[in-house]
Amino acid sequence: MKRNIEKEMVFMTQSIWRMPRWFHQMGSPKWFYDFAGILQPWFAVAAFVLLTWGAIWGLAFAPADYQQGNSFRIMYVHVPAAILSQSIFLGMAIAGAIGLIWKMKVAFMVARSCIAIGATFTAIALLTGAIWGKPTWGAYWVWDARLTSTLVLFFLYAGVMALNQAITERQVAGKATAILAIVGTINIPIIKYSVEWWNTLHQSSSFTLTDKPSMPADMYLPLLLTVLGSYCLFALVVLIRTRAQILQTQTSASWLMQHRDITGA
Amino acid sequence: MMRFMWTIIRRDLLLVARQPAEMINPLVFFVLVIALFPLGISPEASLLSQTAAGVIWVAAMLATLLSLELLFKLDHDDGSLEQLLLAPYPSWSLVLAKVFVHWLVSGLPLILISPLIATMLFLPSHAVPALMLSLLIGTPTLSLLGAIGAALVTGVRGGGMLLTLLILPLYVPVIIFGASSVAAAAQGMAIGGYMALLAAMFVFALMITPWAAGAALKL
Repeated sequence: MKRNIEKEMVFMTQSIWRMPRWFHQMGSPKWFYDFAGILQPWFAVAAFVLLTWGAIWGLAFAPADYQQGNSFRIMYVHVPAAILSQSIFLGMAIAGAIGLIWKMKVAFMVARSCIAIGATFTAIALLTGAIWGKPTWGAYWVWDARLTSTLVLFFLYAGVMALNQAITERQVAGKATAILAIVGTINIPIIKYSVEWWNTLHQSSSFTLTDKPSMPADMYLPLLLTVLGSYCLFALVVLIRTRAQILQTQTSASWLMQHRDITGA
Repeated sequence: MMRFMWTIIRRDLLLVARQPAEMINPLVFFVLVIALFPLGISPEASLLSQTAAGVIWVAAMLATLLSLELLFKLDHDDGSLEQLLLAPYPSWSLVLAKVFVHWLVSGLPLILISPLIATMLFLPSHAVPALMLSLLIGTPTLSLLGAIGAALVTGVRGGGMLLTLLILPLYVPVIIFGASSVAAAAQGMAIGGYMALLAAMFVFALMITPWAAGAALKL
């Protein structure tokens, strides 16, 4: 009796969660490998153009801040890194959830690829924040809400990374990482608000896509470019790392043996 | 299912009764860690009373984490965990029962001994009820959150250190509101808001964590 109910539930979830064809195709290592190979150069070009353009505009041509002088220019590294550090954790959790729900190995590989990139962006955000904090607040580190929650985010990444490395069997490691990433994602807003009520010094965010920007266009547009460029860079690295994992795990797959990347044809 | 959970609770309590060290060790650890703080910082009453809330909460957190490592490990090692998961009951009920016993054995003694510790650290006596209440609401949350980590590292070598890495970041909100509530009570301020937030986190953890830990056990 119980088995029947379970089967029915599986059937129901399958029919509710019917996804388009391409979605399931992405679950196939072969298809993902080829598709990522097509996307890769586009993201590479976009990341290069956006980052170079944004960096040169922001560092050389944007007007100096009336209070912070030229020190504000570190914003063009700091803000994209901070935005990415949170987006990547969310992306990692979503990829993990997809892997758990639809049993897709490739999704676990994507989530695994995200970990180190996200941790790096978080470290960059913390480091540039410290450098920016010295001239602005007079201290490299203060126990402010945003700094603390970013630090906790870094610890979360460290935990996910440690768990992923500790479990040797890839499939189990992928699932375990996915569960931890989902739990962490649920916790991030709670951590964020609890430290915010606890202590706040950091200026509130002055960069959103939905509201009218609170800074002049010459400051705002380069930032937009570097943020978009960082997203493209992230996508590029995820694709490269995921493809590398496919190569590592699918060594005996026949499609790979005949693939043009291997045969050189 | 209630009978299943009740059986687990009775079995685990019996196991603890046969091995009372498992219950006493976290408690000794808790007192010991707290005794180190006056030695490390200063025995001065004014300084200690200010830091008491945070010190007690951090120590409670570490004591909980240490005892969490064994939550599923012993059952995993002797194979009974596999049999329990095969039982025709949802895995979250198993987690809930085991977490309840864990809290009874490691959380409750901490709460009972906390007035003594508070006196040793010169915490104002009018803050002691707040300390006990915050621990009463907060420690079950710690046990619940920790169950996820314990389930994830079950069967992994060197799981204890890994467990602390995974779980301590998730404990941040609990320690903030737990310690702040005691500090507020020491200054004679209202603590209702802190307790409400702690209770909200407990209810939320109660809803989510048994499911997540159950899923992690099945890996």
